[in-house]
This record gives sequence, structure tokens and C-alpha cells, in this order.
Amino acid sequence: MAQKNGKTLVNINKLSKLFPVGQGIFGKADSFVHAVSDFNLQIKVGESVGLVGESGCGKTTTGKLITRLLDPTTGNILMDTEEGPVDIALLKGKEMKTFRRRVQMIFQDPYESMNPRMTIFDTVAEPLNVQGIGSMSDRETMVADLLETVDLVPASSFLFRYPHELSGGQRQRVAIARALIIKPDFVVADEPTSMLDVSVRTGVMNLMQDLADQFDVTYLYITHDLAVARYMCDRIGVMYLGKIVEIGETEDLLHNPKHPYTQALLSAVPVPDPTYTRNPIKISGGITKPVDPPPQCRFYNRCPLADEYCKTHDHPPRKEITPNHYVACYHA
Amino acid sequence: MTVSENVLDVKNLVMHYRTRKGPVYAVDNVTFHVGKGEAIGLVGESGCGKTSIALSLLKLLPTNADILNGEIRIMGDDIVPLPEKKMNKRRWRDISMVFQSAMNSLNPVFTVEDQILEAMLEHVPHLSEEEMNEKIDSLFDLVGLDPSLKTQYPHQYSGGMRQRAVIAMALSCDPDLIIADEPTTALDVIVQDSILKQIRDIQKELNMAMIYISHDIAVIAEVSERVGVMYAGKLVEMSSTENIFHNPIHPYTMALMSCFPSIVGEKTELVTLPGEPPDLLAPPPGCRFHPRCPYVTEICKEQDPDYKEHTQGHYAACWHPGGEK
Repeated sequence: MAQKNGKTLVNINKLSKLFPVGQGIFGKADSFVHAVSDFNLQIKVGESVGLVGESGCGKTTTGKLITRLLDPTTGNILMDTEEGPVDIALLKGKEMKTFRRRVQMIFQDPYESMNPRMTIFDTVAEPLNVQGIGSMSDRETMVADLLETVDLVPASSFLFRYPHELSGGQRQRVAIARALIIKPDFVVADEPTSMLDVSVRTGVMNLMQDLADQFDVTYLYITHDLAVARYMCDRIGVMYLGKIVEIGETEDLLHNPKHPYTQALLSAVPVPDPTYTRNPIKISGGITKPVDPPPQCRFYNRCPLADEYCKTHDHPPRKEITPNHYVACYHA
Repeated sequence: MTVSENVLDVKNLVMHYRTRKGPVYAVDNVTFHVGKGEAIGLVGESGCGKTSIALSLLKLLPTNADILNGEIRIMGDDIVPLPEKKMNKRRWRDISMVFQSAMNSLNPVFTVEDQILEAMLEHVPHLSEEEMNEKIDSLFDLVGLDPSLKTQYPHQYSGGMRQRAVIAMALSCDPDLIIADEPTTALDVIVQDSILKQIRDIQKELNMAMIYISHDIAVIAEVSERVGVMYAGKLVEMSSTENIFHNPIHPYTMALMSCFPSIVGEKTELVTLPGEPPDLLAPPPGCRFHPRCPYVTEICKEQDPDYKEHTQGHYAACWHPGGEK
């Protein structure tokens, strides 16, 4: 089982994913959306890392690439195994099955991600069937135990119900149970609480954290909500048009943002306190689709600090400005 | 405060939906008012009756919904008994609404200009064509859109631009009251921030009354002067924004305030509220919040608490306000 020993679990190198657009019937696509481009990230064992950004910035695509629901265009994702780091794109057969056991995903919409014709027991036990773990009676005890752990008590009253009989919060707990039943090392959670109401959301957030400690799970937490990320993540990476523009430890990033985009994003988050006055930093324009983007900084068009140097140079490399705090900006 | 000083007075409003399983009391005995030029917020979780109140105020209810009791006075006149024809005259002119999904409230086959003109021709026909065009240009300016974009179709707009266009449309007939139902929920934070600022500025500039509906208490904190908190079809607490956030007395509001994460200030422990909101087909007897309330006693399980004034302008419906025994 995984332990917090500073070992790198997932190492993402120069990952890119291009989606073709403007494709003719026979012709090759002439332009591409650079959904994820030149993306680098190391995730350590036992850590929870957040990816935040506006819609369309490539967060979900990154999550899908890491779980190998999509294959990258270039670059690779190395996952730590007993035989050392292995490129997940090369996995086949038995190794792929092991990978699927080690990496799980929790989706945003608990109404859509479950088969309405399967009972809660079948839903949660399905990964066990696929992986061939335990006998039927073992599975029953495992599922019942886990349902109790995710606070669906008494488990016996939930086992043979269908998803439509549960509320949103309960369904998301089932989705969490399904992801954790085979004791994965790494869970990618794509906006797991954004469909839930506030009074229910806190419970699910706390549950995910407790389970991370209990099962030694490493999380990649994808969200658009910085306030939620603050409570869930050790480190936060801010994405803009397919690239991480800034990454650092949570409190450090929230209190000392260095990239102009992070600063604008943080200053735009409403604060639940009527006596607090924000000073929003105005940036022009809106997020666009990165179709064949020019080589210069992705944020160039909207950046309040942009100058000739940014225009004539490539997207800035990421540099470490304080320990563990990286920024990709020429002016940081 | 006398009745005539208020743009809107809602008294004991009861609205239910008829369903096959029985009536759903979506709005149950709600009383509040909105003064001239005042911005109030309504917060609550999904299914608590926020949008049902908005639809009742405009009488835009689906056919299976009935207003069973209560008054809705707009500038002193009760609109509940008004027939549809007369009500239609008052919509847009007296009271207008900005809906949550801007794409669904714009017609994709007409240009934005034509759609605003249509509303104006119906409700303010005394204006000349020139005046209307001028008005549309100035509205576009007001909401931060380039007037040259008015001849475009909704699909040519981005999400934020559409929401701005819908706000311009809601303003087109100079209403006394605007209801904004989650106007920024589908938008990204940076766009949301600039639209909220615009709405706030317009509301102050035109001194217009406004009801702002949202599930996001952070957004409500920024736009409203007074806040009403809803739970399971009932208004459980209403007071100045300051009081609701710093001095709440209903246990539901108290929990709501402490379970909302923020990116500023100390990172405090978030409180978890046990259970789930009730099913409105079979709401619990007594206070609807009692199964989840930490201060519950016998009386809460049996009798519904009255919604009454506790301190000046601070209303709440609770047997143990502030958690006192």
C-alpha cells in the first residue's frame, strides 16, 4: 500500500492533446484545438493536487488522459509501479487491467454516471467483478462495509435500491464507494461536488478527505471552484488554455499569486462576507478556444502586463520563484 | 413602512404544484417586501422554492401550479386576481425577469435587436421608432455590449454576452422591479464578476428595485442589501445582509454560513449539516428543519414556528432563535 514518502506516483511530461477541427470528408484536418499542450506535472504519493481553471481550459481532458480514457498526441505519462515508472500508453492486457485497478475516476454528475437499471450493490460491486476479486459472499461484505464507511447507513437499506431512489448527495457517495472498492492508489475526481447543494457538499468533501487518509489515496482534484480546492488540495495548479500557468502549495498560491491570470482569477471570486471589499483586477476579453494558437504566451491577448518581449518570445517556461511555487510568466 | 412605499409586498403567499403523488407546497406562507430602489437576495438550496416564488410574482406558472392564498402587491395593486390579459400588460413594464439560462430565453431565429424591439412594441408602444433604437443603443452601452452587435443572432454571442443581452432586454421597458434568477450561475468567475458589477451599477444608477435569487451565498453577499433565506418552501429568516452573515439566528442560516468555503481569511473548519433537505410531497411535521437541527426540542416536532420579527427588521421562524433553549 502507498505511503507518504515523497515518491513520485505520476509523472507527466510534455503532454499534449490536439483535437482536429475543420476536417473535410476526405481531407486531413487543417487546424487543431490544442486542448492540452506541453503540460508537465508531478504528483507525489499521498498528495492531493488540484487543477483549477475556467471552462474550456483543458482540465477534464487532462483528467481523461491520465486515466487513459484518451490517448495523448505527444508526450507521456509515467506511472510508478513495482518495476519502476512505466509509460501508461504502452500498457496492454494484464498490465492494463492492473492499471485500471490502481487508477479510478469520480465524475461530476452523479445522475449520469450510474446505470439506472443496476442496484447500488451491483454498481459498487462491478469493479470487483471486472477484476475478479473475492467470492460472491466476500463481495457482499466488502460492499456493505464500504457503504457504511461512506455514511450510507444502514448499508442493508441501500444495497438493493436503485440510483433514482437516492438523492444527489447519496449518489455521489455511491460513486465514491465504487471508485474506492478496489483500493486504488490514484483517484481522478472531476468536479465531484459541483452538482451538490452546499449543505450536502461539505459532507462529501470531508468524506473524500477522510477516505484519502484511511485508504492512502492520491487525488487529482479537478474543479473550477477555488474555495473548494482550498479545502481539498495540498497543491493547486492553475490552468489556462491547456497549460499550467502557476502551481504552488495551496495557501501560498492563494495568498501570493504571481501570474497575472491567477491574480485576476482570485480577485474575481466572490466572498461570502458583506463587509469584505475585493479589488477585482480587470482583464480584457474572454477565454477562447485555442485553435492553432501562436507560439507566444497563451495569456498574451488578455494580459495587463503584456509587452513586446511577450509578443516576440515563446510561451514562457515555468520557473521556480519560491520553493515549490512555479510560475510561467516573463514578468513574475 | 406604509404599503405605498414598497415596490413589492408579498403577504402569506401559498403556491403548490398538483402532481400525481399529491400537492407539493413549493411556496408556503411567505411574506416579504421590497422597498423602492432596494436590492434583496433570496438564497436557498435547489428545490427550496426560490424560483417558484419568482414565477409566482410574474404569474408565469405552469398549468399544474396554483396560487392558493396570499397577496402579491406591485406598487400597491394585488396582481393575484388579475386575468392573464391584464397581467401580460404589467409584465416587463412593472416587473421583469432575467432567467438562469440566457440561451433559452433568447429566440435563436431573431436578432437580439428584434427581440428587444418586440418587447418594447408590446409594452411601450408610445415611443417612436427612433426613440426605441436610441434606447436599445443606450441599453447595450449600459450592460457593456458594443451597440453594433445588436443586429447579430444569439448564437454569435458568447455566454457572458448573451447574459448581458438578456439583462438589456429586461431593462428595456423601464420596470420598477427586476427579478434575476441565478443570472451568473452558468458563467466562469471572471465573467460572473464583471456581470455582477454591471448589475450592481445599473441597479444603483437607475434606482431600481431588484430581487436576486441564487444558491451561492457569496454572490448574494455582494449584491444585496437584505437577504431572505429559504428552506423547504418557507422563508426561515430575513434581515440585513450584515445580520444574516454575521448575526444569523435561525439554525439553518447559522449552518449555511459555516459550511461555505471562502478563499480569503483564516481557513476554518467547515461544519457538516447532517441529512438532506426534505421531500416536499411529505414534509416533516412542525418545523421543516427539525430533523436536521442541532437545537431541536419537542415543540419543534409538533408546531410550525411563526415567522416573526425578533429585533428591528430581523425576521425568523424558529422556536429557538440563535440556539437558545
